[in-house]
Amino acid sequence: MKKVYTRPRSLKRVPFHYCPGCGHSIIHRLIAEVIDEMNIQDKVIGIPPPGCAVFAYYYLDVDMAESAHGRGAAVATGLKRAYPEGLVFTYQGDGDLAAIGTAEIIHTANRGERITVIFVNNAVYGMTGGQMAPTTLLGQKTTTTPQGRDLKIEGYPLKISEMLALAKGAVYIERTAVNSPTNIRKTKKAIHKALQTQIDDLGFSLVEILAPCPINWKMTPLESWQWIEKEMMKEFPLGVIKDTTSKEDAD
Amino acid sequence: MDGNSAIGEAAIRAGCQCYFGYPITPQNELIEYMAVHLSRRKGCSFVQAESELSAISMVHGASLAGVRTMTSSSSPGISLMQEGISYLAACGLPAVIVNMSRGGPGLGSISAAQSDYFQSTRGGGHGDYRTIVLGPSSVQELADLTHRGFDLADKYQIPVIILGDGMLGQMKEPVEFKHEAPKELPVRSLALRGAKGRPSRFIKTLTSEPIELEEINWSLFRRYQLIKKGETTYDTFLLDDARLIVVAFGIAARIAKGAIKNARGEGLKVGMLRPTTLWPFPSEKIQELAQKTKNFLVFEMNMGQMIEDVQLALEGNGEVSFYGRPGGVIPTPSEVFRVISRLWYQKGLK
Repeated sequence: MKKVYTRPRSLKRVPFHYCPGCGHSIIHRLIAEVIDEMNIQDKVIGIPPPGCAVFAYYYLDVDMAESAHGRGAAVATGLKRAYPEGLVFTYQGDGDLAAIGTAEIIHTANRGERITVIFVNNAVYGMTGGQMAPTTLLGQKTTTTPQGRDLKIEGYPLKISEMLALAKGAVYIERTAVNSPTNIRKTKKAIHKALQTQIDDLGFSLVEILAPCPINWKMTPLESWQWIEKEMMKEFPLGVIKDTTSKEDAD
Repeated sequence: MDGNSAIGEAAIRAGCQCYFGYPITPQNELIEYMAVHLSRRKGCSFVQAESELSAISMVHGASLAGVRTMTSSSSPGISLMQEGISYLAACGLPAVIVNMSRGGPGLGSISAAQSDYFQSTRGGGHGDYRTIVLGPSSVQELADLTHRGFDLADKYQIPVIILGDGMLGQMKEPVEFKHEAPKELPVRSLALRGAKGRPSRFIKTLTSEPIELEEINWSLFRRYQLIKKGETTYDTFLLDDARLIVVAFGIAARIAKGAIKNARGEGLKVGMLRPTTLWPFPSEKIQELAQKTKNFLVFEMNMGQMIEDVQLALEGNGEVSFYGRPGGVIPTPSEVFRVISRLWYQKGLK
């Protein structure tokens, strides 16, 4: 009998602790599948963020090290500079990457650091209990925007991937989602391409993944998938935001 | 050679492979030295970071990869680095952090000061930790202690602070480098370089169980006890017959030395104890000295910080006077001499 579905080698035999319907477990699995397919388990070093996904090191069977909140890209920079043969990725949330770590991510992209960023955008601070994130949608209710995000008070959702695309050092940026089998497959392809960009020494690569946080959104898992489709994608359209990997001179 | 450049050269000769920094006066000669000399070396990397927060985080990353790494800054920048230093301490990652300190608080002045003693010797960032703090007082010592700093950082898997000041960094003195830069650099055995031929591993600081974190704190504490026992160092000057002992570190000790020579010329039996490790502090030496004389004068270029360590060491078994000049004011040896001589006669010493 042909085995069509199994646990990836790069995923430890541990049950996920994430909430029902959370996007992290899907994304962790996709990363593990890509690492297996590229046969790079012994070269990868991951930097998980403070936040729910800090425990990524309990699941991904690769070398990993925690960073301070927002500093993942800078830690990855130091690691990659010290050990260029390694394949370094950061795993960052919207608060981590687009608020407290904005300076780090912009300059890491602009220097064209040979690292890969998995940017999980779920429009809230998950671990701290659902406060407003830079990517929170207008009108979206969170514990710190109880009346809904008001552009006059909190400003607009931050399109950090589009901003990063302006940096010449960034050569591959794509936005995907994990709210349907099709989108999950596309996400996997994007992670593969982002890591390949690093292997090919082309520059900075990032995959932004729209992910559900049903608990903090106060939705069922199914409703959260639909909300991504109907609401989040209006603000954060899916697709390749930038790809200069085939050009000799980036940008 | 100026002091800042001497640190850079000593670091390269100690095998420092990665330097990350951000410009700030009065340590710019050091980042510039590394830009010229380190970035050209094979297998080495230099990055001018976007902030001190990033610079210390890059040090964190390079230390994870198992290479010797350092950063440098001055007081306001060191404040920003405290976050990263706390993580380095928690993870047990070696690194050398140079603080060519300046007057504070706030933006302060760019002149030499010693107002970061508390910040350096009490951990500085959040959490219950210490760093080894070295206190050089000449360009030669900047070079020697930089080398020692890298060795200590590796030996105890701990961040090491070199607490200099703007004057030491800028002044030029002859310096002898006692080591050649190694050709092959050893990689630390606990480095994260991909799980090749071994199980994967992770380095973390977050713990869900308080009891687990308590054990981590105990293990750090045990390491600190070892450091206290094995690495406390100091320098002495004319202590044998001294009736009044000046305690000073860094550039202040240099100034005090001139003052003590003047005092000796007048027949006043004054000597000096100069801690060269500020943490661990030479408390036992102070207690030993207190058996011969009770008269101590602490001289610092701040409002009185190291004096607390002297008082703690003495446990009331001595009289501690203080002379301090904060804000980047650099007193002359003759000013310190006047303080010594006034104290000598007030106390009726002979």
